[in-house]
Amino acid sequence: MSIDRTGTPLVEMDDMCIAFGGVHAVDHVSVNLWPGEVVGLLGHNGAGKSTLIKILSGAYRADSGTIRINGEEAHIHNPRDARRYNIETIYQTLALADNLNASANLFLGRELVTATGLVDDARMEAETAKIMARLNPNFRKFRDPVSALSGGQRQSVAIARAVYFNARILIMDEPTAALGPHETQMVSELIEELKRQGIGIFLISHDIHDVMKLCDRASVMKNGQLVGTVDVAKVTDDDLLGMIILGKHPGEHAAA
Amino acid sequence: MAGRTGAAAAPKQGFLKSLEIDTRLLGMIGAFIAVCLVFNLMTDGRFLTARNIFNLTIQTVSVAIMATGMVFVIVTRHIDLSVGSLLATCSAVMAMMQTRWLPDMLGLEIGHPLLPWLSILAGIITGGVIGAFNGWLVGYLTIPAFIVTLGGLLVWRNVAWYMTSGQTIGPLDPTYVAFGGINGTLGPSLSWILGLAATAAAVFALISARRAKAGHGQPVKPLWAEAVLAGLIAAAILGFVAVLNAYDIPSARLARIFEARGETMPEGYAEGYGIPYSVLLLIVIAIVMTVVAQRTRLGRYIFATGGNPDAAELSGINTRLLTVKIFAIMGVLCALAGMVASARLANHSNDIGTLDELRVIAAAVIGGTALSGGIGTIYGAILGALIMQSLQSGMAMVGVDAPFQNIVVGGVLVLAVLIDILYRKRTGAR
Repeated sequence: MSIDRTGTPLVEMDDMCIAFGGVHAVDHVSVNLWPGEVVGLLGHNGAGKSTLIKILSGAYRADSGTIRINGEEAHIHNPRDARRYNIETIYQTLALADNLNASANLFLGRELVTATGLVDDARMEAETAKIMARLNPNFRKFRDPVSALSGGQRQSVAIARAVYFNARILIMDEPTAALGPHETQMVSELIEELKRQGIGIFLISHDIHDVMKLCDRASVMKNGQLVGTVDVAKVTDDDLLGMIILGKHPGEHAAA
Repeated sequence: MAGRTGAAAAPKQGFLKSLEIDTRLLGMIGAFIAVCLVFNLMTDGRFLTARNIFNLTIQTVSVAIMATGMVFVIVTRHIDLSVGSLLATCSAVMAMMQTRWLPDMLGLEIGHPLLPWLSILAGIITGGVIGAFNGWLVGYLTIPAFIVTLGGLLVWRNVAWYMTSGQTIGPLDPTYVAFGGINGTLGPSLSWILGLAATAAAVFALISARRAKAGHGQPVKPLWAEAVLAGLIAAAILGFVAVLNAYDIPSARLARIFEARGETMPEGYAEGYGIPYSVLLLIVIAIVMTVVAQRTRLGRYIFATGGNPDAAELSGINTRLLTVKIFAIMGVLCALAGMVASARLANHSNDIGTLDELRVIAAAVIGGTALSGGIGTIYGAILGALIMQSLQSGMAMVGVDAPFQNIVVGGVLVLAVLIDILYRKRTGAR
C-alpha cells in the first residue's frame, strides 16, 4: 500500500534534543509521520528511540525542538496534553495499575462519570466489554485486577486503552515483545486495520522482521542521533542492520 | 471495590461466594467476634454489656477517624507518623481558641454560642493546612513521607506544647464537649429513627446497584443472596442501635437533666443514651471516605497511584497534587479526631494523642491495608481500630498488667500482617 506523502504530515518532530545530566539521549533528531503510515523506530537499547517517543507522549519534555501536528505547532508538556492531540501510547511496560481491573485501567485519567460526578463503573465495564470483544474476544476477566491476567491479556488491555479513545496518532513501544505467535498476528492485523482508518503509527521495535513486515518507513537511531530514514520497500534486512550496528546510511536508498 | 476485588459470577457457587462478601472482611469480623467472646468469658460477662460496648465504641472513634485517612496515605505507598502530634496541635488550637484567643481577641464571652464552632473551624483549617504542607514536602519536594512525618512527629507535638505552655486547657465549651461521646447522644427515639433510615438507605443502595448492573447486562447475585445480605445489614445496624439504647443514663444524671428543665423526674423513669454524636461523626466520615475511595476520580487515582505510580503519571494523573490532597485529608481528619479526643476528656491535655500514630497505622494495617500500596478499605481500617481497642480494654478489664497489654498489642500487629501476607500468597493477590 502506498502512502500519500504530498499533504501536510500528521506529525513532524523537528530537531528534537533532550539531555539527561550531560548525556545527549536525543540529539537533533527529526522524524515525521503521515496519516495511514507506520514508521518504525529502530536502534539498540539506549539509542534514544523510547526517549524520543516519550517526548511525543508527554512523559518527557524536550530541551529544544518543535513538534507540529497537522502542520500546527503543538505544545506537549505532560501526558494529558498528548491525549488532547489524540496521541495514544502503548508503553513497553504497559503502564497498567495491577490492582485495578481492566475497565478501571482502560479509563484511567478519563473516567466516565454519572450525572452526580461519581465514576460510572457499570458503564465503563460495558464499554470495555465492547472494545475487548473486538480485540480479544475470549476475554472474560472484567472484574479481576489485571495482576491476575496473562501477559497477552494484559497487552490487549493496554492496546484497548490506546484504541478506544479514537487515537489519530498511535505510539507502540515494543507491542509484541511479550506475546506469543498467535497474539503477535492479532497485533499485526490490528495495525493494518488502524492504517486503513488513516491513523499514523510510530512502532518501536528491536525486531527487524517486524519492522520489514509492518512498517512503511523506518527511522534508525544510534547514540541519540538519527542515522537515517528509509523506505522499507527499498531496503534489505542487511541495509537496516548496517544502519543499526554501524550507523552507516545506505546512501542510494535514502528516502524523504 | 469495583477496581480491585470482585468474585467472578458463575451460576453455581457456594453460599459465601454468592453473597460476594470479601473473605478478608469475614476473617476480620471472625477475629473480632472471637476477641469479644474470649474477653466476655474471662470477665464473667462484663465485656459484652451495653455499658462496655458503649464505652468501647466511643473510645475507638478518635483513632478510627484517623485510620480512614491513613488508608489513603498507605495505599499511595506513603506513611504518616505525625498524626498523633498533629491531633495534639489541632486540639491545642481548638482549646486555646475557645478558652483564650477568641474571648481575648474577638471579645466573645465564654459560653457564646459561636465559640465551639469557630474553634472547630480553626482546628480543621489548621489540620488541613499542616497536612497539605506535609503533602507538598512529600509530593513536590520529594522528601520521603517517613522523614517528613517523623520530623512532624516532633515538631507538632512541641508546637502544641508551646501554644499551651504545656498546661491542661479546660474546661471546654459544653457544646464542644458534646462531640466527645457520653456527653452528647441522640437519645433512644432518634437513634431508632436513624437506624431504620440507615437500614432503608442500605437496602435502597443494594437495589439500585443491582438495577445498574442488570441495566448494563452484567451478572447479578441471586435474589436470595441479596435478601440475606440485606437482612445481615439490617440486623447489624438495628442491633447496634439496640445496644447503645440499652445503656441507661444514670438516674442521678437524669434527675439533674430534668431539674435543669424545671421538671421533676417521674418515679422509676429510665432512658438510654442512644447513638453518641461522635459515633455519628465517625459513620458520616466512613461513608464519605468510602464513597471517595470507590466512586470518585480522586479515589480511583489514589488506588491507581498506589498500584503503579508510573502508570498513574503516564495516564495524566497529577500525582504530586494528589499527594498534597491525601495529606490534607489526613490533616483534616486529625483535627476532627482531636476534637473528639479532647471533647471526650472535656479538656486539652499536653499528652493528648501520644502514640496515636502507632495505633492508627496498626488499625489500618490490621484492617488489611497493604504497606506495599494499592490495597486497603475504609471499613477494614475502622474494624482494625475496633479490634485494637477491644484488645486493649479487654485486657485492662481482665487485669492484665500494663506492660503485658502493650506487648500483646504489638505482637498482634506483627501477627496480623503475617496472616495477611500468607492470605495474599494463597489467594494469589500481591
